Amino acid sequence: MILLAIVALPLLAGILAWGAERFGPAAPRWLAAAALAADAALVLWLWVWPAPGTGSWVAEAIMPWMPRFGIAFHLAADGLSLLMLLLSALLGVAAVACSWTEIRERVGFFHFCLLWSLAGAMGVFLAMDLFLFFFFWEAMLVPMYFLIAIWGHERRHYAAIKFFLFTQGSGLLMLVSIVVLAIAHYRATGLLSFDYFDLLGGVFPPDVGFWLMLGFFLAFAVKLPVVPFHTWLADAHTEAPTAGSVILAGVLLKTGAYGLLRFTVPLFPAAALAFAPVAMALGVVGILYGALLAFGQHDLKRLVAYTSVSHMGFVLLGIFAWNAQALNGAVIQMLAHGLSTGALFVLVGALQERTGTRDLGHLGGLWAAAPRLSAWGLFLAVAALGLPGLGNFVGEFLVLLGTFQRYSPFAVAAALGLVGAAAYALIMVQRAFHGENRQGWQLADCNGRETAIMVALAAGIVGIGVFPQPLLATAGLALSGLQRLVGAS
Amino acid sequence: MLNADDLLALGPLLALLAATVLTLLLVAVRRSHGLAAGTAAVGLLACLALLPGAARLAPRDVDGLLLLDPAGLFYLGLISLAALATCLMAYAYLERFDGRREEFYVLLLAATLGAGSVVLSDHFAAFFLGLELMSVSLFALIAYPAARQRPLEAGIKYLILAGLSSALLAFGIALIYYDSGSLQFSGFGACFGARPMGATGQAWLLLAGNALLLAGLGFKLSLVPFHLWAPDVYEGAPAPAAGFLATVSKGAIAAMLVRYAGETQLHDQPAMIVLLELAAILSIAAGNLLALLQDNLKRLLAYSSIAHLGYLLVAVIAGGTLGAEAVAYYLLAYFAMNLGAFGVIAALSSGRRDGEGEADRLEDYRGLFWHKPLLAGILTVNLLSLAGIPLTIGFIGKFYLFASGVGAARWLLVAALVAGSIVGLFYYLRVVIVLFARQPAAPAPGIAGNGAAWASALTLSFLALTLVWLGLYPEPAMELIRSVHAPFYRTEVSRLRLRPPPLRPSLRM
Repeated sequence: MILLAIVALPLLAGILAWGAERFGPAAPRWLAAAALAADAALVLWLWVWPAPGTGSWVAEAIMPWMPRFGIAFHLAADGLSLLMLLLSALLGVAAVACSWTEIRERVGFFHFCLLWSLAGAMGVFLAMDLFLFFFFWEAMLVPMYFLIAIWGHERRHYAAIKFFLFTQGSGLLMLVSIVVLAIAHYRATGLLSFDYFDLLGGVFPPDVGFWLMLGFFLAFAVKLPVVPFHTWLADAHTEAPTAGSVILAGVLLKTGAYGLLRFTVPLFPAAALAFAPVAMALGVVGILYGALLAFGQHDLKRLVAYTSVSHMGFVLLGIFAWNAQALNGAVIQMLAHGLSTGALFVLVGALQERTGTRDLGHLGGLWAAAPRLSAWGLFLAVAALGLPGLGNFVGEFLVLLGTFQRYSPFAVAAALGLVGAAAYALIMVQRAFHGENRQGWQLADCNGRETAIMVALAAGIVGIGVFPQPLLATAGLALSGLQRLVGAS
Repeated sequence: MLNADDLLALGPLLALLAATVLTLLLVAVRRSHGLAAGTAAVGLLACLALLPGAARLAPRDVDGLLLLDPAGLFYLGLISLAALATCLMAYAYLERFDGRREEFYVLLLAATLGAGSVVLSDHFAAFFLGLELMSVSLFALIAYPAARQRPLEAGIKYLILAGLSSALLAFGIALIYYDSGSLQFSGFGACFGARPMGATGQAWLLLAGNALLLAGLGFKLSLVPFHLWAPDVYEGAPAPAAGFLATVSKGAIAAMLVRYAGETQLHDQPAMIVLLELAAILSIAAGNLLALLQDNLKRLLAYSSIAHLGYLLVAVIAGGTLGAEAVAYYLLAYFAMNLGAFGVIAALSSGRRDGEGEADRLEDYRGLFWHKPLLAGILTVNLLSLAGIPLTIGFIGKFYLFASGVGAARWLLVAALVAGSIVGLFYYLRVVIVLFARQPAAPAPGIAGNGAAWASALTLSFLALTLVWLGLYPEPAMELIRSVHAPFYRTEVSRLRLRPPPLRPSLRM
């Protein structure tokens, strides 16, 4: 039942926040922040005192939903889900905090959308019924679409529609795959079910398995994003309000990685193995091309958006290398990228709120005007480039290590991405914060609220960087469970 | 001869008939808008209340003309509910109408009665009679504000095309009768299935008859290439009538098509299936692509309904029990979302004067959310449901279609369904964006200050709640649809049918 509470809490708080608007703009903000903090506490509670379960699963909830199709409301959590839930809740708090002064219109509806989108993402991390998974997968998009379309920047309508079309379109392919999978399972066993555990280990003719795998892969690849399906990302991130960018980069992209990890490979191990070289090549292309694109941007937000393409390339590489190190690395990379990119978007949002521009040509020389803000910028930039001691380094290193054991050429090529990361991260610092203050910027430095967000996220980044063991232990149990599933079939 | 049980089984239809006559008489005695609308609403409620009693006696064959089976009664219930919703929304819409208002309800009830006989018919005579009753009433409903130019134009267009489609149907029925010697669906179904198509000259006549029949039905369903009337008629018709036209008339024909296909084993005739497949794919493609170009919400909904009927054909073609259930669920969803969308247009248009037309330009909806959040919220839910987004009934309906298409391995149709849904997102989202735009248009006159507005607001809220509730927890509707499509009934009916099929006519050459 605690899992149900974790999903229901933001949903409920969203409705209350919408209604709480009448008590002034602060009420929805506090309500949303409190609900997400409580959600994080629930997840932590589950992490520390897991329900006695079997294997790597810590909690489960199952209720009949649509017996006609063998669809149940089935939620379950293992270590992987827990980490993703925790990330979602924490970034959710950060997103509420960072829009405290940015969002002044229709505050109630804003927080409603924010909370519902997060609830959808949390449902994605918990759903163990493929229909339910798809349900949450789509449900998190609609509020995000409103976040971009209503509170976004200049080209918000274009960006919102593009975001929605890409993700919804690929989602429909996944829906077809899900239905075909369930019906194939029905034909083979006489049991119509959409349950993850029933559908695992299905045996198909190789070509059927391949097409089904591709349907799933495409949906997740668009979300991750994998080159060439990444074009929605830059627009959506750039045009979204700060909170939207934080949730998009920190949580929604992770649902793609999570889907690959939980569904694509375990459901279709043979097809995924055959497809691994292609997927890994796409991952390497994403790493290098994303870094190149990021390096070439003038728009600060767009630059950060493209670094996501590069970083998520490592995740794709790690997932398809499918050994313990690479998988652990992919999970650490997901967490570290969520925190560091989320924090970068908060920082860019703060800059834009103060200066009214994201154009690197107009920024410059901010260090003298706002030293603390700029120092945070430097810190996040070196986190993004993978400085040892910070979270991204651990993730990227483990992915490269794991990949090298089986597909060394890919690892070698991907390692070049670290050079690219150094280039874009440093050029960002140089152009935004160093140099001459030609525009004569006079900025207010970080206030207490912003400092608190930064300290919290930075603590996470450093924590993952120097002491990743608890995370590895938690995720490792779940990951070895997944590996056993694949190995058994 | 009819006996008491037959009368009980026919109760719902008789209630509709009585309500029609009663409303007509009341109008002659005393003109009162509220009285006429109330009588119509009570009549529809009576029809709904008599349904469970009729269902207990189902399946029942009445005189070879009507087959009262659970599925047919389900559709009758759906139609009556849609008529009730239309009745309530029309009450608010017509409150400020300058002309005579009461006859609208007589026509509405007559059209509902016609639609009811169409979905229950098992015989071409009953079908044709019901269809004509429905079409003629609809023609008058569309042209109801007869003093205005555009409704009149739309009404005449519908009249001409309805006449054409009836002519095609009549000719098709004649050819089928010539070949099979029966007007009862099941009667010639046996002879239809026994012979491979194209083996003899007569079979070609049967094929031609069926092709003409499908063309006639295609007109009513506004399938491509028989769709040209739909956008103009929708645009010109008063919004409640347009909603009724989009849902009840199309839904009744679609339900009849499913029964016809089942009774005559249409699926054994590859030529017919190819025709249907072609119509489905063309409708999905043309409906969605043309909807992209529209700046008028009613025209947009017209093209979207062309596409939706194309989606629905996927389940019809897939066939089988799952296909029939998919049609039923999708129609339920289609009814709810279209009635809601047209209802919002009606609510916004009710205060308009003659020269202004209806509130159907996209510009009329700019920023609506910020000054009429309830109506805009309802329209948003309806549009998302039309787009097939989860949390709404439209998604569950689409899921049914996917399941039936995949189950029957109709990959081409499934691909069309996916592609159509993606294109569909474009134009539904365009409207949603307009609703949430930051610069609100000048607040439109309308629902506010109208004494009857509560009826419309209540109906729309109820429809929107149904949309979301059955999108979140579809089990009750699924269970109902499953029980009415339980496959055992057909064998029972054949045992019940005592009368031998009529002999072949002697005019064979």
